Amino acid sequence: MSGDIVLQATAVEKEYPARGGPAVRALRGVTLQVERASTLGVVGESGCGKSTLARLMVGLETPTRGRIEVMGHALEPGRALARQIQLVFQDPFSSLNPRITVAKALQEVLVVHRLGSTRTQRQSRVDELLGLVALSPRYRDRYPHELSGGQAQRVAIARALAVEPKILVLDEPTSALDVSVRAEILNLLVRLQDQLDLSYVFISHDLAMVRHVSDVIAVMYLGEVVEHGPYGEVLDAPCHPYTRALAAAIPVPDPTRRADPSALEVSGRPDAAREPLGGATGCPYLGRCPDAEAVCAEQHPALRPIEPDHTVACHVALRAPRRAPRGPLVERAPS
Amino acid sequence: MRGVDLDVMAGEKLGIVGESGSGKSLTVLSVLRLLPDPPVRLLGGSITYAGQDLAAMDEKQLASVRGKEIAMVYQDPMSSLNPLLRVSTQIIETMSAHGVPKDTARRRCREVLHQVGMADPDRVAVAFPHELSGGMLQRVMIAMAVAVSPRVLIADEPTTALDVTIQRQILDLVEALHETSGMAVVWVTHDLGVVAQFVDRVLVMYAGRIVERASTAQLFSRPAHPYTKALIGTLPRDGAAHRSALVQIGGQPPDPARLGQGCPFRDRCPIAVDRCAHEEPPLLPAGEDSVAACWRVEG
Repeated sequence: MSGDIVLQATAVEKEYPARGGPAVRALRGVTLQVERASTLGVVGESGCGKSTLARLMVGLETPTRGRIEVMGHALEPGRALARQIQLVFQDPFSSLNPRITVAKALQEVLVVHRLGSTRTQRQSRVDELLGLVALSPRYRDRYPHELSGGQAQRVAIARALAVEPKILVLDEPTSALDVSVRAEILNLLVRLQDQLDLSYVFISHDLAMVRHVSDVIAVMYLGEVVEHGPYGEVLDAPCHPYTRALAAAIPVPDPTRRADPSALEVSGRPDAAREPLGGATGCPYLGRCPDAEAVCAEQHPALRPIEPDHTVACHVALRAPRRAPRGPLVERAPS
Repeated sequence: MRGVDLDVMAGEKLGIVGESGSGKSLTVLSVLRLLPDPPVRLLGGSITYAGQDLAAMDEKQLASVRGKEIAMVYQDPMSSLNPLLRVSTQIIETMSAHGVPKDTARRRCREVLHQVGMADPDRVAVAFPHELSGGMLQRVMIAMAVAVSPRVLIADEPTTALDVTIQRQILDLVEALHETSGMAVVWVTHDLGVVAQFVDRVLVMYAGRIVERASTAQLFSRPAHPYTKALIGTLPRDGAAHRSALVQIGGQPPDPARLGQGCPFRDRCPIAVDRCAHEEPPLLPAGEDSVAACWRVEG
């Protein structure tokens, strides 16, 4: 794959001060890039740093160390550049003001960013935005409580699109929605991407959704990227034991297949201690890993290629690459 | 909710699946008569447990069934536990309420905490709820539910708020308890993955009604009701091409206050006919182990 890089994060670190202790390191040396009109899927469990990453990418917070560049320029808060990248949150109702109508919410954005010089211009832009997310103009005067979850998320997406961004960071955009509505929002996002040449950072714990829309997937664990590569390779033949466990843990909606029991071996919980179990030197996944060896306690594994486009941060996987590609699922024996 | 027939057989694993507002939680809450009256009214029907009619019982008789015979685990463990009492106090109290002697209860408390996979049951026993993570609290709830060896465990979306690896541990834990004790399990969920992997039989609910009842295998291989078909179709499954359009159901579930006559799914249904607007379909045979509330099913 080749193309323009629209978003580049280089060695990004984020620390938060903690009362009476060392700072909490929410992100550790994260390097990621997003190509034009493509989707980077970011998966991981709570506390892995994926939402912190989202906030840094849109300039809501600044990295402690490292660099984030949007369209080739360093991101600084308040700069016009920030308009190029917009964030869509999980719960549309908590990101919409309950006291103002749909049209007002969209107009407000246009006024703040000085888009459209007259009222009429702004009004027609509002209709255009509603059209983009396939909401009929009769929703203009609705208040958020008069909308279904799917409709509210469409409004939130329309609002993000109002400033004509190049990149959308979607933080669990379908998690708060009912199953029947999720497909609707995913279909909309795919169509908008093709129509407007958008790039997405799609953050979710729903691997099936992420797989469906992403070109490249990054798996995060305790603030680090532990596996990265094309969607098919990362999720169908995962190399990092954590990716395998994550992929196997999700109950597959197909009674003829089941999780490979060996892939499910994982103990403890991801946020047990913010300081990784391997301490400052070892592997952050050490305490939960079924494959751990002596070297894992001594040396921090760097993200290194196992295939040309596929990187993994695991001593064991890198030493014996491709023993045999093992998927997270197996056929269920007929009972 | 209207005309819901729910039967759980001894030792089986049943799934109740539906979206928010479909009445799945109401159904299980009404089984134990846990809904306040008013505003919720049991207007008709019977609830029978092992031959006794729960709908006709007084509070005292009911209390002997609730928790002891039929136990329940809810979505949010924090709101079901007392924040001021230690875990062990709460588990022992539950057992005493069902007539278990104090020292037996104390011993059993440690045993069940171990059984639900706590690495250090003694430490957890003396902990207060706020000192434990969401996954651990949900294990405590399960420990409390199974402490009195119920015959039926009803789990109402107990894993929704948890991380996927922790969710899996809870699912596997209940599965293991089911296998060792033979207690029946009812999973109330919106997650078709949980249904496919963890239950034998499924009830699909829509707008307060059961619209399909089938074995798990049948439900996924030959869904009968158009709503079930659509629900399964919305999932990005392995067969679906990358970025291809997923099935959309379109429209919205009807407002339960304004349900007229006819099938509640007719406005969103791709195969509705005239009859669907006038007559509500009963559950009709749709296959070997399935019935569906649809006039268009072919038996």
